[in-house]
This record gives sequence, C-alpha cells and structure tokens, in this order.
Amino acid sequence: MTLNAYLILSTVLFSIGLIGVIRRKNVLMLFFSTEIMLNAVNVGLAAISKFHGDLTGQMFAFFIIAVAASEVAIGLGLLILWYKRTGSINLDDIAGMKG
Amino acid sequence: MEKFIYIALFAPLVGSLIAALFSTQSKMVFTGWFTSFMLAVSMYASLNLLYYVYTEDISLHIVLFDWIVIGNLDIPFGFVVDHVSVVMMSVVTVVSTMVHIHSIGYMEHDKGFNRYFSYLSAFVFSMLVLVMSDNFAVLFIGWEGVGVCSWLLIGFWYHKESATWAANEAFIMNRIGDLGLLLGMFLIYWNIGSLQYDIVFAQFSTLETSTLIWIGALLFLGAMGKSAQFPLHTWLADAMEGPTPVSALIHAATMVTAGVYLVVRSNELYSLIPEVGYAIACLGAFVAIFAASMALVNNDMKRIIAYSTLSQLGYMFVAAGLGAYWIALFHLATHAFFKSVLFLGAGNVMHAMHDELDIRKMGGLHKEMKATSYIMIIASLALAGIFPLAGFFSKDKILEAAFYSDATVLWAILWITAGLTAFYSFRLVMKIFFGKANYSEELHPHEAKSFVIAAMIPLAILAVIAGWFEHSFVEFVTKILPTWETTNLEHSTAWKLILVTSAIVIFGIAVAVFKYKRDGFSKSWEDTFIYKLLSNQYYIPKIYEVCITKPYYAISVWVWKVIEIKFIDASIDGLAHFVNKMGVRFRPIQSGNLSSSLRLMTFGLILGLVFALVLSVL
Repeated sequence: MTLNAYLILSTVLFSIGLIGVIRRKNVLMLFFSTEIMLNAVNVGLAAISKFHGDLTGQMFAFFIIAVAASEVAIGLGLLILWYKRTGSINLDDIAGMKG
Repeated sequence: MEKFIYIALFAPLVGSLIAALFSTQSKMVFTGWFTSFMLAVSMYASLNLLYYVYTEDISLHIVLFDWIVIGNLDIPFGFVVDHVSVVMMSVVTVVSTMVHIHSIGYMEHDKGFNRYFSYLSAFVFSMLVLVMSDNFAVLFIGWEGVGVCSWLLIGFWYHKESATWAANEAFIMNRIGDLGLLLGMFLIYWNIGSLQYDIVFAQFSTLETSTLIWIGALLFLGAMGKSAQFPLHTWLADAMEGPTPVSALIHAATMVTAGVYLVVRSNELYSLIPEVGYAIACLGAFVAIFAASMALVNNDMKRIIAYSTLSQLGYMFVAAGLGAYWIALFHLATHAFFKSVLFLGAGNVMHAMHDELDIRKMGGLHKEMKATSYIMIIASLALAGIFPLAGFFSKDKILEAAFYSDATVLWAILWITAGLTAFYSFRLVMKIFFGKANYSEELHPHEAKSFVIAAMIPLAILAVIAGWFEHSFVEFVTKILPTWETTNLEHSTAWKLILVTSAIVIFGIAVAVFKYKRDGFSKSWEDTFIYKLLSNQYYIPKIYEVCITKPYYAISVWVWKVIEIKFIDASIDGLAHFVNKMGVRFRPIQSGNLSSSLRLMTFGLILGLVFALVLSVL
C-alpha cells in the first residue's frame, strides 16, 4: 500500500464528513459528521507518521481522539438538555442568534 | 534682586488670573482695584530694578526653567534685565498702572468689567515677557501673547460687528509680520544654532552679508506688522474700535512700540547692515508724513490720535534705522507718556459726549471739563515738540540724527511732519475744547471722576519732565547700545536746527489755533481732490479690499464649491456610501440559521484553500 492510498481514503472520508455537515439538519447527525471528519484527519496523520518514521503524527492522532471524545461528551450533554427544553433537535429550529 | 524680576513679571499674571475667575460675573469693583494694585506692585518692582541697574550698572540674568532641549536646540525660559529692557519695563508698567486705574472709571458701567481687567493684565504680562526675554523664542511668545490680548481687547465689545471685524483685521495683518519674524528666527537658528541674544549677537559678524540682510529684512517685517508700518498700517486705525484705555495702553504706548524695541534690541545686526537700516529709516520717514497727512483731515477723534501714533512710530524707525538706537528708545519712552495720556483724555471726552467720536460735533468743552482739557493741551504740546516738554527733546534728537547722517531728504520730510503734527494736534484740541459748542443741548458734558484725573496726572507730569533726563538716559542706555556719534556737530548748526524746527512747530500750532478759533477752513476745501484723498486714507483700504480681500474671497468661494464640495466631500461621502451599500447587500447572510452559517463557513474555507493554492503556484 502506498501513502497515496491512505491519503485518498482520508480525503474521501473528510469529504463525506463535510457533505454531512452541510447537508444534514439533525444535530446528532452533525456530530457524527464531525467525528468522521476528525477521524479522516487521524487516518492521514497516522499514515504519514508511519511512512516518515516519526511518532509525532501518531501522538497527535491520540490527542485528537481524546479531544473528540470530550467534545462529543459535552456536545451530547448539551444536546440532551436542548432536547428536553425544546423537544426538537432540528438545526433550523435553533435560531436564537437571529437578529 | 531676582525676586524683583519675578514680582515684576508675575504680579500682572496673578491679577489677570484672579480677575478671570470672576470673568462671567457682573461687575465687581474689586477686580479693577486688585489688578491695578498688582500692576502697581509690578511697577514698584520695575522701578526698583531700574534704580538697581542704574546704580550698580550690571544686568541681571535669570533662567526660569529649561523650555526646549532637543539635540542641539536648547531654549531656556530665560529673562534678562539690562539697561534696555529695564527702561521698557518701567515705561510699560508705569503706563499700564495708570491705564488700569483710569479704566476703573472708564469701564464703570460696562457689563464685561471683570473680563476687561483680566485681559488688560494678561496683556501687560505678555508685554513684559516680550521685553524681558533673553532669546528670540520667548520674545516670540510674548509677541504672540500681546497679539492675542490685542485681539481680545479690540474685539472686547464682540456684539458689535465692526469691533470683531477690526479685531480680526489686526490679528490677520499681524500674521504677515509674524511670519517674517518666524522666518528670521529660523534663519538665525540655521546659521548660528542658537536663539540666545548674547550668543547670536556675538556671532553675527561671522555671517555673510547677504544672510544678514535676509535676517534683518525678515525681522523688520515682523516689526512692521506689530508697529503698523506701511503697507501693514491699516489695522491700527481700525483698532480704535476697542475701549479707549486699550488704545492708550496697547495701540499707543506699548504693543505697537514692540517693533521698535525689536530693532533696538537687534542693534548689533542692523549696525552691520547699514543699507537695511537706511531702508528702515526711509520707510519710517514715509510713514511719518503719510500718517500725519491722514490725521490732518480726519474727523474721528481717536483715529486722529491713532494716525499720530503711526507717524511717531515712523519717527522712531528713522532714528533706529540711522543707527541712533538710544534716540529711538528715548522717543519711544516719551511718546508712551504723552500719547497714552492723550488717549486717556480722549476717553474722558468720549464719556462726556456719550461715545461721540466726531470732533465736528464737539467744541467748547473747555469750560465743562477743565482738567481733561489742560492735560490734553499739555500732551499735545509735548507731542508737537514744544520746549521744554518731553517731545521736544526726543523729536529734536531724531531730526538732528537725520540731519547729521547726511539724510537731508529724510530730515526735510520729518521737519514738515513736525509742522503737520503740531497742526493736527491743535486742530484736535481746538475742535474739542474751544470754539462754538456743536453738541446737542441734552448732553450736559461732565468732567470725569477725580481718581480718573488723578491717574492721568502722573503721566501728564512725565510728559512734561521726561525730556529733562536726557543726559542721564543717554549715559544709562548707551552702556549697552552703541553711542550715536555727534562729534561732527557744530553748536551753531544744532541751535539753528532747533530754531528751525521750533519755528515750524509754532507755526503749525498758530495756524490751527487761529483757524479753528472761529470756523476753521472753508467748506470748499472738502471738495478738493487732496482733501478727498486724505480723508479716504489715500484709498488704501479700498485698494486692499478690491485687490486682496475680494479676490481672496472669490478664490475661497471657488475652493469651497469646487475643491471642498465636489472633490474632498464627494470622495469621502462616496467611500461611506460604498461601505453602506456593501453592508446592505451582505446583510441577508446574517440570517441566524446555523445550517446556512455552516455552509458559508465551508464556502469560505474552500475559498481560502483555493486562494492559498493559487498563491503557492504563483
């Protein structure tokens, strides 16, 4: 397997995540999409780290996993609260910032 | 002795600031007396310094603080009290004190009483800064300070359109002169690297003559502005819009002589460039006769005295230009006394006549106001130069100086002017105090209050006796001023000169007295070309209006309509409109919808990436 293959995989995953972010209206699905994007980056980092023989990339991937986990934990907590309050997790209903 | 310098300088400032505290309140006699008292303190200190410098024969030098120290430029806020400045200080403080006391009576019913005294004392402070400074920079501060105070006081009755106009005219005319003074200072600093008098004057002889001529001419341009010499003279007559004691103090005795003081102070410079000095003398002689001729036919009491001041300033510049600096200073001092008292007398007359200035509507006031009348006669005699009054000694010396500098033409002009001076002075006196009473019956003219008269008496006495101290004065000031050599003077010629001058003066007085005892000159005079020329001030104000004011106004209107509105305003407004329009166009993206925000974010990200890609390829 060449590095290119990994990077193409990473790009494809990232694009899927990005399209999800743009297209999805369900906030839960939005979280999934961001997770996909983060992990696409992780794939790229780990692959480059392996091919260059430098562990820094893999260490960074671990960091991202940790950060993503905490982000999801807080995000889901907020989402549950939001759902309890409004009974909806539709993105278009969240319009508190509208001027 | 230093403390006397500080007292002399700062007492008027203290008075001014205290009076300023009450400036918006209604009249408080206290402010008038307090400022007068502070002035008296300053006068006492100045006279003390005069005595000290006279007896000890040393000059005092103090540095208040370092003002500007940048690189090689070092300008301390320093003051020097030497033989010249102490004379100026004494003259200024004596006249100011009397004018302050006189003003208490003159401004009695004025709403701006407190404000007036604040300005007047501030003026004296600035004038003292001007004469006591030991360098050109601090002199310039005083120079501008007196200019500002003059502006404030000419326009004191600011609700009068004519007063504000005259104030602005005086200030703007002075700008021209001040620019010259500033450029002269720059040239001095450029060539010598200092503005301290002692350093600068010591270095002048090392400079090239052409540079010196430039410096001399530019400094004299400053003097011309302040001393209202032709062609910057029109402001002085218009400055008579201010209260009369102001005219006495600022526009007769002190501020307008600042130009003469500057030339006297820079005597080392002008001694090196006699050609510039000669030009100054010629201009002075021209102004002397030019102003005197305008005074002949004018009917405005204060304007007559103002033209007389102009003419006497011309005399001073003749003396200074010919190198007879001490004579210029001497005439400056005697002129300050008799001209200020003449103005103060005119103020009394104005009060008695309810602010009437036209001398054709006066007459026969002698029996109503004897004291003022006598004082004004004395002052006029002194102005005309009758022995043994002050004007005789100083004016005669100027004529002598002109005669012995082989400037016979100048002498002849000044000689004729002496006759004219005598004539117009007594025309004024006769028209006001003698002859038929031409004022309306309801006026009931009355003499001024006794303390007002008392304030004039010391000045009147000085106008009589100041000339008697000629010898000690010469001895005193020539310790630092160059002596004017009179060795080629034969006694018999000197006597002849005195006789000839006195003859024309007495002739002028006699003509005025005899003519105006009855009806004066016939009406047909007023139709002649000369009369019209003179009474319209040689049409110079008209010429200025047509050639300078109106074109300048037209240019200003053009600049306003084309450059300001169509160019500057349009471009600034266009920019603002563009930003505003962009804002309106992009407002929909702030929908508050998270989904569209995310899309926009993605779009921006991609745009950024593409941009970075393009940049890296390029």
